Amino acid sequence: MTVPPLVEIKNLHVHFSVYGGQLKVLDGVNFVMRSGEKVGLVGETGCGKTTTMKAILRVLPMPPARIPQGEIYFKGRDILKMSEGELAQIRGRGISMIFQDPTAALNPVFSIGEQLEAVIRYSSDQKKPLSPQEVHQRAIASLQEVALADPERLLRSYPIQLSGGMRQRVCIGMALATGPELLIADEPGTSLDVTIQDQILRLLRKLVEEKNTSIILITHTLGIVREMTDRVYVMYAGNMVEVAATKELFASPQHPYTRGLMDAVPRLTGGGVSDGIPGRIPNYLNPPPGCRFHPRCPQAIEICRREKPPTYKLSEAHEVACFLYADNGKGTQSS
Amino acid sequence: MAEQAAIRHELAANLTVQQIKQLERRSRRESLGRAWYKFSRNPLSIVGVATVALVVLLAIFAPWVTPYPKHAGAFTDFAHAKIPPSLEHPFGTDQIGRDVLTRIIFGLRSSLLMGVVVLALVVPPGVLLGLLAGYYQGTWIDTVIMRVTDIFLSVPPLILALAVASVLKPNLWNGMMAVSLMWWPWYTRLVYGLGVALRNEYFVSAAEVTGASTAHIIFREILPNTISPILTKMSLDVAWVIIIGSMLSFVGLGVQPPEPSLGTMVADGSRYLPDQWWIAVFPALAIVVVVLGFNLLGDGVRDMFAAEEI
Amino acid sequence: MSTLNFLVRRIIYSVFVLLGLSIVIFVIARIMPGDPARMAVGARAPQWVVDRIREQMHLNEPLPVQYGYWLRDALRGDFGLSLVTQRPVTSDIREFFPASLELVLFSGFLSAVGGIGLGVLSARYKDTWIDNIVRLFSYAGVVTPSYIFAILFVLLLGWALKWFPIIGRLSEEVTAPPVVTGLITLDALLAGQFGTFLDALRHIVLPALSLAMGAIAQEARITRSSMADNLSKDYIASARALGIPERIVMGRFLLKPSLIPTVSILGLDIAATFSVAFLVELIFNWPGLARYGMQSMMHKDLNAISAVILILGAIFVTVNIVVDIIVAWLDPRIRLSAARSA
Repeated sequence: MTVPPLVEIKNLHVHFSVYGGQLKVLDGVNFVMRSGEKVGLVGETGCGKTTTMKAILRVLPMPPARIPQGEIYFKGRDILKMSEGELAQIRGRGISMIFQDPTAALNPVFSIGEQLEAVIRYSSDQKKPLSPQEVHQRAIASLQEVALADPERLLRSYPIQLSGGMRQRVCIGMALATGPELLIADEPGTSLDVTIQDQILRLLRKLVEEKNTSIILITHTLGIVREMTDRVYVMYAGNMVEVAATKELFASPQHPYTRGLMDAVPRLTGGGVSDGIPGRIPNYLNPPPGCRFHPRCPQAIEICRREKPPTYKLSEAHEVACFLYADNGKGTQSS
Repeated sequence: MAEQAAIRHELAANLTVQQIKQLERRSRRESLGRAWYKFSRNPLSIVGVATVALVVLLAIFAPWVTPYPKHAGAFTDFAHAKIPPSLEHPFGTDQIGRDVLTRIIFGLRSSLLMGVVVLALVVPPGVLLGLLAGYYQGTWIDTVIMRVTDIFLSVPPLILALAVASVLKPNLWNGMMAVSLMWWPWYTRLVYGLGVALRNEYFVSAAEVTGASTAHIIFREILPNTISPILTKMSLDVAWVIIIGSMLSFVGLGVQPPEPSLGTMVADGSRYLPDQWWIAVFPALAIVVVVLGFNLLGDGVRDMFAAEEI
Repeated sequence: MSTLNFLVRRIIYSVFVLLGLSIVIFVIARIMPGDPARMAVGARAPQWVVDRIREQMHLNEPLPVQYGYWLRDALRGDFGLSLVTQRPVTSDIREFFPASLELVLFSGFLSAVGGIGLGVLSARYKDTWIDNIVRLFSYAGVVTPSYIFAILFVLLLGWALKWFPIIGRLSEEVTAPPVVTGLITLDALLAGQFGTFLDALRHIVLPALSLAMGAIAQEARITRSSMADNLSKDYIASARALGIPERIVMGRFLLKPSLIPTVSILGLDIAATFSVAFLVELIFNWPGLARYGMQSMMHKDLNAISAVILILGAIFVTVNIVVDIIVAWLDPRIRLSAARSA
């Protein structure tokens, strides 16, 4: 009997209703990861990374968002078809998430203690509820775990009283306090100073390794991906355009978008600064037909304007959604 | 302070005032078309415009469109008093035999006049004080203006308006004066908040470094950028002023009989409740319709100036 | 310490606002045409009486001195004699005030419960028919003045359906409970007269509801929109993502931040209710401050007018302080930033 993957997303579409129509933000996303993997997810701001991850936990605001088609499996069970009760089993204990902006992710009118203790209380076994003392002890332990001093006082504080770095640590502590099998970390530390961001990432890596938690790390900083992940998905405008083992992706990026992304990173060793990728993420109201990247793609060919590229398998772990590789491998239709 | 000066120098070096102005003008013109689009997208706004237009037309042409124009004054006909709604008198007649419909339509005049005159009296000084306090933020001018504003805002406007109206001779004009006296602080506070924020905008700094006069900065740079919130507030305030005006008339401190006014009609009519209900109910509904019309219009104006929702 | 500090500064500021208000009232009372002394004694009194009264009222002194005397007396609770009742204004007010207070408290209660309840309902069932009905009602409530509601209620609920009485505070055959607080419902309960309590309750429903309609509508609107806004905030997504059950997310983590704007506006509405209560009291023949206030306004009874306005101003300011405290208690951002800037 084969063990089902930890997470598998099949052909996920997410639309947002706005005045003037539908923003077709996710356009058939596919994604697979096994238990214990550390997966990176990179792409420009606004390409749908956060939307995909929020969809996994079903925390997209609906409306305006809706999911016209697609499946999301967690250990073989479709999250999108679960009842509220089943979903509650998964959230927190199965999958938990660190949100992009720690300031927005903490409720401004509740103390850190009220929020952290609620998370701990409800993620514990509801048949054997923890005593308030136990909850409190665990809250202190999770703050200590993220290297925050004076946890007792911190529990009484409100988000407004903390620095950005402290808030980020609290968010990490909160997300790990549930003891999740999978942690989704959405650009942790992006809003902070580079030095503090570095500390936060080190801390996160240490904790994830200690607890052997699977992680999906969303970022647009390639250096972080290279350091922290085994495998990387590259996302562009609501599609996964390339996936490969981290080393392989950095050694030989295949999709024109991935190459552009790599070139856009200024190198310390010689060479000029590249132009990066000209243009911007397309308008989701009327996305370009065919491959959504073709208007910006330096290697676009005729078919790119008409058809959406299927995924081509270049090797066991390397797949790319681009017609340039139509001859190299077997295409698997994805939408 | 030093930082601000640095920003100003940088600005002066990069953009001329003309260029900045041109950019502003262009964006203003573009937004006009979009504004109308946003306004007209909500069918309720159109209902509001139509209602207001109808009310205004009825009020202007009252002597020609009403069935019994003579009933607008001190007319009595006890033989036909308290007639329930019928074909001849769609809204019935009042306690001394006057056609209620006729008096309602004439009553619209004082309501509308009240709304227009009060806002005309209130907005210029309120806005001016707000601009001054905002421009001289942190100085004694700011302190004096805003403390006085706070005092007026510390009491519900109706109470002070009632008090002022009660010591004056009761009539429509003094009622307007009383309401106006209580209404300006709302505009002062609104404009003050906007002015303080705009004070630090680049285009204001740019005008300052190029040596523009204080008057120029206040009236040509800051004022134009406060217009849309002011207009929004005005369009919603018309309804409030009409309500307050009707309340003044209701307690006898506004329009005096025999001159018709909706508030007075409701007050007089309420003495004949519940048996001759039409004497009070139709003027009351008229107030609701007028106020609703202005409110829908006001909401439309607010939508028009609101930022795009995504 | 910080909360206390915030409170003290707030109160000191309010005292200054009230002083300012007293100046405004004094000026209005003095610049009006007519001689206050002549008005106090009537048109037929001989001139020497008027002169003596002028002396007594310090009317020959310069205005600032007059204000000083007036304020000193006002602070002692002495607003002089009422022209109309020929009794001290203070004892008049003591007699009429409880009825108004009872009305306003009931209407405040209805506004809070009804407004927040409807708002939550509307947000919970957003874009369903429940939401649409609440929104329609809110619109009607916001645009309709309270005295018009009063008339409609008298007609529909009082006269046509006969559900509620429409005049006064008690039925004629019911004897009033011994006066303790002046609030009949409370006094009846204190005296253990449950029947009287129910009768008083039935009498207060319509006037209180007429007063509350506007506030209910406004609270419902504000609660709905702030809940809808906050629902798409990341902290709600985060609470859900970390496994907090939906009922806790909605009833606790969404409700508290969403109620902050509602509470602020509710306070203003309750305070403003006192002024609108004037009209509603007239319609329901409710023996509150309104009749007194109206009488004094009609007769240009300056002592009474000044006292009524100053008291209403003081209530307004006090309610605002209470609201600020509640809001600061609900919202640590306000509490903590106020403490920091102190």
